[in-house]
Amino acid sequence: MSRVRVLVGTRKGAFVLSADGKRDSWEVSGPHFAGWEIYHVKGSPADADRLYASQCSGWSGQVIQRSDDGGTTWEPVGNQFRYDGIPGTHQWYDGTPHPWEFERVWHLEPSLEDPDTVYAGVEDAGLFRSADGGKHWDELPGLRGHGSGPSWQPGAGGMCLHTIILDPAHPGRMFAAISAAGAFRSDDAGQTWRPVNHGLKSEGIPDPDAEVGHCVHRIAMHPSRPDVLYMQKHWDVMRSDDAGESWREVSGNLPTDFGFPIDVHAHEPDTIYVVPITSDAEHFPPDGRLRVYRSRTGGDDWEPLTSGLPQQHCYVNVLRDAMAVDSLEDCGIYFGTTGGQVYASPDAGDTWAPIVRDLPAVLSVEVQTLP
Amino acid sequence: MIRVVLPSHLRALAGIDGEVALDIPGPVTQCSVLDALEARYPALRGTIRGHGGGPRRAFIRFFACEQDLTHQAPDTPLPEPVASGAEPYLIVAAMAGG
Repeated sequence: MSRVRVLVGTRKGAFVLSADGKRDSWEVSGPHFAGWEIYHVKGSPADADRLYASQCSGWSGQVIQRSDDGGTTWEPVGNQFRYDGIPGTHQWYDGTPHPWEFERVWHLEPSLEDPDTVYAGVEDAGLFRSADGGKHWDELPGLRGHGSGPSWQPGAGGMCLHTIILDPAHPGRMFAAISAAGAFRSDDAGQTWRPVNHGLKSEGIPDPDAEVGHCVHRIAMHPSRPDVLYMQKHWDVMRSDDAGESWREVSGNLPTDFGFPIDVHAHEPDTIYVVPITSDAEHFPPDGRLRVYRSRTGGDDWEPLTSGLPQQHCYVNVLRDAMAVDSLEDCGIYFGTTGGQVYASPDAGDTWAPIVRDLPAVLSVEVQTLP
Repeated sequence: MIRVVLPSHLRALAGIDGEVALDIPGPVTQCSVLDALEARYPALRGTIRGHGGGPRRAFIRFFACEQDLTHQAPDTPLPEPVASGAEPYLIVAAMAGG
């Protein structure tokens, strides 16, 4: 029977949650790297035993960990992230130029084919690549250097590159998203980039439909239909049918279109999930009711999923990297909260149950489906 | 032999149990101690100071002999009790929280 391995990054360590295909009985391993912030843990699609973790702390900065045995043992690898050339400046919160300074790795995206190749999205926003299993990192400077970089400005959580999507159908095509700059696309394996934000409207910036400056929270893609992208923005849920060339709003009947994560069902490319959050000032679910919303039509029409989720007095948040899906026949959906719960649904969102309830605040959730 | 005490999160990172004993040829300074420490435990590179002997990380402090040596120049000789091994060189995570 197939198994699943849920990789959870938290404010105080990493946890590995394992179950068989029924997903009703879980083994919990951790905390790994106890006391450190684990922004992201992700496995290689080419080798399920190869995992990468971003580990950091205010005292000791950034560490990258690598596992070659599915998370049983770990090894610190390279942690030197040096921007290419003279990094220049971006905009600070007050609009003054601010030097680019490396802070942390938000997101690790292993190559689809090579376990030793992995991309890192960092704060201050930049994209790095390692081709030797994380030992050495080189910036792909074409993103920061394409022209709009000096005008980028941090969101409240920092100027982070938090989303990296590798297109399985178009070699060399990849997407990145930055808060608060927007979405970007490369068609040459990250060498050159251009903004792809046409159709986004953000009232929090001087020019609401500017080429850059949008606070994109997350982008998701189904591998079978890579030209269709879904986006949860600071406000608005958006959809592109042309690989980011244009976007249209699909918030439809959501109770609020603010939120952080967005994800796609493993087998139904039109079935997508978001977790509505009250507002940018109130980072908790509307009415204290934790509801995942599912659209089976690629947006616009949404249904609340509540079975097994707290429907009163719930004031947690679900962060942008904290939702994932497995690829079992009955697609499982997972998300973690800032209250330390990790919820799993073995039936595409119809019913939910907590795997764990009292972890530190969850920063990221990824799932591996294992043979 | 120089004795070095690390904060728990760095001992865990480097797989160190207890104190570290370092044999340092030449002058015993903060720089030479950290050079030797990072050479033995490469996982510590970048976690106490910048790579390649870069600046101290802001929330890491250096104490010895009940003195705060944090702001001494990296090439300043460490106190004799540290150089002789009578006293440990303490690498400390600054008090922070909330």
